Amino acid sequence: MADTLERVTQIIVERLDVEADEVTLEASIKEDLGADSLDVVDLIMELEDEFNLTIEEEDAEKINTVGDIVNYISAKVS
Amino acid sequence: MSNRVVVTGLGAVSPIGNDLSTFWDNLLAGKSGAGPLTRFDPDSFPTPFTTRIAAEVKDFDPLPFIDKKEVRKMDIFIQYAVAAAKMAIEHAKLDMEKEDLDEVGVYIGSGIGGMNTIEANAQILHERGPKRVSPFFIPMLIANMASGQVSILTGAKGPNSASVTACASGTHSIGEAFRILQRGEASVMITGGTEATVTPLSFAGFCSAHAMSTRNDDPEHASRPFDKERDGFVMGEGAGILVLETLDHALARGANIIAEMVGYGMTADAHHLTAPAPEGEGARRSMIRALKDANLEPTEVDYINAHGTSTDLNDKFETMAIKGAFGNHAYKLAVSSTKSMTGHLLGAAGGIEAIVLAKSIQDQVIPATINYEFPDPDCDLDYVPNEARKANVRVALSNSLGFGGHNATIIMKAVEEV
Repeated sequence: MADTLERVTQIIVERLDVEADEVTLEASIKEDLGADSLDVVDLIMELEDEFNLTIEEEDAEKINTVGDIVNYISAKVS
Repeated sequence: MSNRVVVTGLGAVSPIGNDLSTFWDNLLAGKSGAGPLTRFDPDSFPTPFTTRIAAEVKDFDPLPFIDKKEVRKMDIFIQYAVAAAKMAIEHAKLDMEKEDLDEVGVYIGSGIGGMNTIEANAQILHERGPKRVSPFFIPMLIANMASGQVSILTGAKGPNSASVTACASGTHSIGEAFRILQRGEASVMITGGTEATVTPLSFAGFCSAHAMSTRNDDPEHASRPFDKERDGFVMGEGAGILVLETLDHALARGANIIAEMVGYGMTADAHHLTAPAPEGEGARRSMIRALKDANLEPTEVDYINAHGTSTDLNDKFETMAIKGAFGNHAYKLAVSSTKSMTGHLLGAAGGIEAIVLAKSIQDQVIPATINYEFPDPDCDLDYVPNEARKANVRVALSNSLGFGGHNATIIMKAVEEV
């Protein structure tokens, strides 16, 4: 989990050009981290590559916060 | 009664310098921007490229102009345009916070658009499938996005468009921006051209069309417009952006006026995909239209910055076109092709060459045609061979001639009575 958060944080910092300490589990990807809808699609592609998994579109739509991403990935890879 | 239009700011990203003063100093010094290809390895393909040289932009850093997060979402042709536009705005001392942004427009052309992006994503599509194609793919590649991004990043909310007319894109864009200002539809226009097509696919296409020089062992001497030994163009890249404004607006804000924009003309060859019309008759009519628009006699023109691509047909026919438009005065005026130094910036050529017009008028100096060694009987004008020349430049004209038979001409003049 900690490792997943670290890797997710790194990708978000890189893609959205935010500071690592802004990337908390509660942070909303759109509202707090400034992503627009294209950024979210791009971020999901990057996460799929990084964790070697497929995030279905209906699941992607439910992702709001950094915590949602981490939980989704943890459930998928465990 | 149409508005008078003046040039107040210039910004350049070019193979011979990534800012205006470096570009201009190198141009007057006669430096070539050409060298061996570095953007891709021409030996990593199943068959060799016949052309292996280009005039590439060197050491370009977008970060002083564009946030890191946004850089990733822009093809290089857009990055060049944004950088050159911001430099032009700064050069014009145009304070966007004080401007009525509804009166500031953008008109930046590109001949091709995001070729790097197209190639990268086509490869991803075939190797990994449609779900791996970037959501930024379309907004990165479309040729109008230089104008779009410049408006987004500068706040300019006035008229906004882009010309896509191959190698005439920059000149058409500037001409159309000039018209918008003449008609009073904006007070300020940020305008010019941008291009970044030093890529394998565009090289392969231009090689197959036999358009580019194959003087691979001597890149600095490969672009040799009007010289008898010319064998094709050398691809350049970059962006040339100008700030144009109505004379009234420039005077009201106390702007430094560099030159006046006085004429624009355009025609079509209606002849062939890539070859110019016999005797350059389309280019001739384009120049005549621009002279008429400027209300100038042919004898008033001091300097022509030629399209001068260094291809066999262009240089021969453009020379005939100049003779057709100017009669005996063709032998008295100076003609030079700065593509001998910058290479051919395609859709950006008209932008960078409009900067040359403005600077030649401001500094009263004409840049040379370098690499001029062997006279061609078909090209018998004064091409300002090899060395820049101090001269009275009151009126200067620039031609851009594009695949498809698009011909465009603009004319600038020293500012006299205001």
